[in-house]
Amino acid sequence: MKTRSLVSIDDLSTEEIKKILKLAAEFEKKPVQDILNGKVVATLFFEPSTRTRLSFESAVNKLGGKVIGFADSSTSSVSKGETLNDTIRTVNNYVDLIVMRHPIEGSARYASEISTVPVINAGDGANQHPTQTLLDLYSILKTQGTLDHLNICMVGDLKYGRTVHSLLMAMSRWNTSFNFVAPEELKMPDEYKLYLDNLGLKYHETADLQEVINQADIIYMTRVQKERFSDPIEYEKVKNAYVLHDHMLADTRPGMKILHPLPRVNEINPDVDANTKAYYFEQALNGVYTRQAIICTLLGLK
Amino acid sequence: MKNISDPKQLLVSAIESGTVIDHIPAVTLFKVIKILGLDKIKNQITFGTNLESKTDGRKAIIKIAGKFFEDDDINRIALVAPNAKLNIIKDYQVVEKRVVSVPDNITAIAKCMNPKCITNFEKVTTRFKVVSKKPLALKCHYCEKITDQERLEII
Repeated sequence: MKTRSLVSIDDLSTEEIKKILKLAAEFEKKPVQDILNGKVVATLFFEPSTRTRLSFESAVNKLGGKVIGFADSSTSSVSKGETLNDTIRTVNNYVDLIVMRHPIEGSARYASEISTVPVINAGDGANQHPTQTLLDLYSILKTQGTLDHLNICMVGDLKYGRTVHSLLMAMSRWNTSFNFVAPEELKMPDEYKLYLDNLGLKYHETADLQEVINQADIIYMTRVQKERFSDPIEYEKVKNAYVLHDHMLADTRPGMKILHPLPRVNEINPDVDANTKAYYFEQALNGVYTRQAIICTLLGLK
Repeated sequence: MKNISDPKQLLVSAIESGTVIDHIPAVTLFKVIKILGLDKIKNQITFGTNLESKTDGRKAIIKIAGKFFEDDDINRIALVAPNAKLNIIKDYQVVEKRVVSVPDNITAIAKCMNPKCITNFEKVTTRFKVVSKKPLALKCHYCEKITDQERLEII
């Protein structure tokens, strides 16, 4: 039997996404269950990502499964020059499912083709990170009660941020309208705008967050990283233009929520944290339920 | 017997039966040979290159005796010889003319332009989906990045 893996959000049909989100809601009600009793999950983190790894490990542990793996390739046989092919062919003998984070793009697709057990892509370089997208969708659904016809305001690094690209592609299934707020150097790439054009979805681009903030159902913040700028003076000019402060939220919609894939640096001022519209830490908790749902779906246990 | 009497065609000797691939850009002749695996077969093959062409500048031509190609095989050269024309020869006569067209999927021919793609790190057979035929755009099955004509490299 061919195993089912999750490499890219596009691998899932809209029905399958809905099913996973529904299952995540069930796990939220009852996060501790015995479903994975006797199962072993590998977390192979060829590059460190503490947050994602802990979220997966928490998800497995709460369901009674065991986790083996490594947090950094320097502590694995990769440092001895082993190929990914050999690592996967070896590890799939020990476990029921592999969660993999790897800096090389396409590595997850490749691993899923070699592996005899399902592979979950926990990030392959700048390419895909589908479990982040699913937990974003779950957070949006949970706070808005629907995914249909929402206004999503994406802020910050829209050029390199893979989370915003995946979210855009996923949300475009539900008639979303978008506002893109980014400095000139980090604007949303044309291919994504073309994608929305082809679907007839509306979007608006601006460099001024205040202009569009009151239309938003969801504000999706991302980090504007200094190293993305060719000209450091340009960075200094724009760095404060994409920082969210509590006073900016005064006239935003009552049900609006602020999401952020974390870690944040300075793009959300800590004075926002106390606002009921701040949702990024709950979003991280939703990640555990969503990953429980994904693991059980791929293992055919739910 | 038009083919034989045509002095231009005679630059490369005629074949009794087989396939003539004409209008190959001279610069990609050896890529075509490699893609079709002509360097590995035992058939009699003659080719000419840097021939004058009214339409293509300098072109190349290959004549392969006793060999006939399936569409799927011949379409593999569309990436490097998009205007190539095939003449199927039987008894010194052209019995069929064919053109090549870019296939929907491309396997094991092109290199992914993304230096961070797994196919450039491990022995992985490259696979692309053709997302646009004109201008050419290939989407990598692995890293999902687009390789266009300008950055296209044949393995």
